[in-house]
Amino acid sequence: MSLVFAGVCSHAPGITGRAHMADPDVRDRFYDAFRQMGDDLRAARPDAVVIIAAEHFANFFMNNMPSFAIGMANSYEGPIEDPGWLGIGRRQVPGNRDISQRFITEVMKGSDIAYAEEWKFDHGIMVPLNFLTPDYDIPVIPVNINCQGPPLAPLERAWAFGESMRGACEAMPERIAIIGTGGISHWPATPDSGKINEEWDLEFMDRWCRNDKAALLDDDSYNDLKVYADAGQGGFEIRTYLTVSAAAGGAQGVVHFCEPIPIFAVSCTVATYDLATV
Amino acid sequence: MTLYAVQKFLYELNRTPALQTAYEEDRHAVLEPFDLSEEETSALVEPDIGKLFHLGVNGQILMHFAAFHQIEWQDYLQRMRDGIANYGPVREGVYAMTTGLDDVVAPVQQSSEGSAS
Repeated sequence: MSLVFAGVCSHAPGITGRAHMADPDVRDRFYDAFRQMGDDLRAARPDAVVIIAAEHFANFFMNNMPSFAIGMANSYEGPIEDPGWLGIGRRQVPGNRDISQRFITEVMKGSDIAYAEEWKFDHGIMVPLNFLTPDYDIPVIPVNINCQGPPLAPLERAWAFGESMRGACEAMPERIAIIGTGGISHWPATPDSGKINEEWDLEFMDRWCRNDKAALLDDDSYNDLKVYADAGQGGFEIRTYLTVSAAAGGAQGVVHFCEPIPIFAVSCTVATYDLATV
Repeated sequence: MTLYAVQKFLYELNRTPALQTAYEEDRHAVLEPFDLSEEETSALVEPDIGKLFHLGVNGQILMHFAAFHQIEWQDYLQRMRDGIANYGPVREGVYAMTTGLDDVVAPVQQSSEGSAS
């Protein structure tokens, strides 16, 4: 198979945009873990990095909202946000239309998705790339899961989407990395920004590490109403994390960092799957 | 005259530099094609971040609009709180407020160090 790396990380815009407002100690330990994930990613020598984000109205709106979408272009521009506000300069990020097209074709065998030949990156992709591939030297395949405009795809469909991506990786000669971004509990961009349910986050990451499908899809724990109550509207982004679980095909995970940084609005998280355990 | 139209305008504005320029030149003119009430138009022209939050604008859309207007983060959060205090709870959508008006949710710890990039 050609899945060579799988992991998840936070993507909150405050991570770069409000760096100067955070406790330097915890912030720098988080940055170290984030950059280490980048070192490990590059050591896996991927030909392309699939970044699964829950985009925030940079490309898709409720006039035509796909549950799942994959980019298919040779380059992408980002960030859409004010560069000074985000703390990341605007640039072109390399893609690879050929790899994307073949990846999409394989994914379509198992999941109904939209594809997009235009895509503007927002913080959901730009913040992770800032730490993971700071030289922007690995082609990106952007993926979006609608976690913003209900109705949202059921978690089971996100899981199936991850399985389809695993199948695509296995069918392709290229070495593919998959990174899920977002979450976990948070109330972003509201007056509640900074509220974090740490216990809920750790419980979810325990299930993620065990790659326990039943626990991750448990309707009593993670139906949309329950997630909204326990983890805020930002909690809907667990879809990106469990999609990576499905793609990793039973691999066991390790949490490298998961601590609340309120001014960044999330439990800042870095975690990877050990693909050798499959 | 719907939340949908308000958000559709902001979505287009947030991602279209030419529309941003036009908005800066004549805010009323760029709003003309959108089916907006006087209350909605006024909130978008001023801009009244608190009113827009109260109307139910998705925070991810509103956050970008506030950044476009160079509104600092803590000021942005306070304007939303003021909107709830002045106009009442969020009318619709999933971006409601769940903490008390005077709660300090994310204390700021200023540091003299630079940013991440």
